[in-house]
Amino acid sequence: MSDHPLLRVNAVTKFYGARVGCRDVSFELWPGEVLAVVGESGSGKTTLLNAISTRLLPTSGTVEYRMRDGQFRDLYRMGEAERRFLMRTDWGFVHQNPADGLRMTVSAGANVGERLMAIGDRHYGNIRDTASQWLGRVEIDTDRIDDQPRDFSGGMRQRLQIARNLVTGPRLVFMDEPTGGLDVSVQARLLDLVRGLVNDLGLAAIVVTHDLAVARLLSHRMMVMKDGNVIEHGLTDRVLDDPREPYTQLLVSSILQV
Amino acid sequence: MATPLVVSEVAKSFTMHLRDGIRLPVVENVSFSVAAGECAVLGGPSGIGKSSILKMLYGNYSVDTGQVLITHNDVTVDIASADPRSVLTIRRDVVGYVSQFLRTVPRVAAVDVVAEPLLAKGVAHEEARDCAGDLLARLNLPERLWSLPPATFSGGEQQRVNIARGFITDHPLLLLDEPTASLDAANRAVVVDLIRAKKEAGTALLGIFHDQDVREAVADRIIDVSLFSAPKEAA
Repeated sequence: MSDHPLLRVNAVTKFYGARVGCRDVSFELWPGEVLAVVGESGSGKTTLLNAISTRLLPTSGTVEYRMRDGQFRDLYRMGEAERRFLMRTDWGFVHQNPADGLRMTVSAGANVGERLMAIGDRHYGNIRDTASQWLGRVEIDTDRIDDQPRDFSGGMRQRLQIARNLVTGPRLVFMDEPTGGLDVSVQARLLDLVRGLVNDLGLAAIVVTHDLAVARLLSHRMMVMKDGNVIEHGLTDRVLDDPREPYTQLLVSSILQV
Repeated sequence: MATPLVVSEVAKSFTMHLRDGIRLPVVENVSFSVAAGECAVLGGPSGIGKSSILKMLYGNYSVDTGQVLITHNDVTVDIASADPRSVLTIRRDVVGYVSQFLRTVPRVAAVDVVAEPLLAKGVAHEEARDCAGDLLARLNLPERLWSLPPATFSGGEQQRVNIARGFITDHPLLLLDEPTASLDAANRAVVVDLIRAKKEAGTALLGIFHDQDVREAVADRIIDVSLFSAPKEAA
């Protein structure tokens, strides 16, 4: 483990008019660490994710990221071009709906290759080779490389989105309900895949989910949100096995046993 | 050599907010230590808080008051107040835990479940899998099962996967929550041998064993948990 965090979130608050999106959220994320943000719909978890990932300007608070040169930079004080470059190379963002993160009418190979071209790769053969390796890694048959994602199943699309995000070797990946909308067997496969990739690549990740089983499987640490506030925060198995707050106890006791 | 585990005046209660905030005291004033090369056993009837103590030592349950001091390479960490990142480091390098039940992960083969703690410490994949195979063979788990996910295994088979996973590392402190509960006599004997080998290697062990034969075979000392019972107050 490194001695410096990768991301410092300090008192991030987002108001929508008079309504609270999220309030006064602070934490640090370390390299290789997976943080789950859980809570029911409307608790502010997606607002928080967007505010951290520069997709939504917070009302107040700062988000600092340690660049590859070791320097911390305030994301909202960077130029737009620099921020976009960061998002395309050092970060990934996996959307709940793969159609939001993929280009549905270009081939699977081009979806993966596009991010490589964004970082300056120009050799068609290399790009195609790397794309085809990544398809294999996310368990998509390489003979589908020229097909468009609109011809793929939901689970395949989600795996393709993951390949597209990871091909540039990012250090931080944001995931918004990555398994939402998939049926359970597809979910299990995707979770296992994500878990393996996160371990092998030493990624840091922030995963927003309402599914506590997903949080248990993927995350080291967990934050529970309610009405825009973080009400409980700790080691994932501690929060799930010994929940302290009334709302966390309600969430944990509401899990259906199979 | 410093004592690997010192527990000092630990208290624990559960507050059930969904049941009108009723407070369930579990234990208080828990104080003991475990030395290297020793196997201490938590004794006392069911429901007295033995598993809760093990879970607090592993950082799985929070601690209301008191300290859980774990010392490794001259660094002492209080698990009761450590941040999640330190607890994870301690689990990776210092404290192993064999739970009563295996929490299975879909699609992961038994041999990889067992090898995982070694991989986390940076051991090469092949070497870790070889070690895992050796342990599973020793625990008489048929080789045809190694490549299957343990979700469909019997209770005893899952427990052996769990034991192998806990014993594969050279963690200096090992917590055992009824590791032999669902095993037959032959496999219980294997576990007894594994525990003895750990003791000889200088590992500090703290366990719960309801099986009297196993307890007598491995225990150096019984810690009577009923001495730590919190007074049951009217809620």
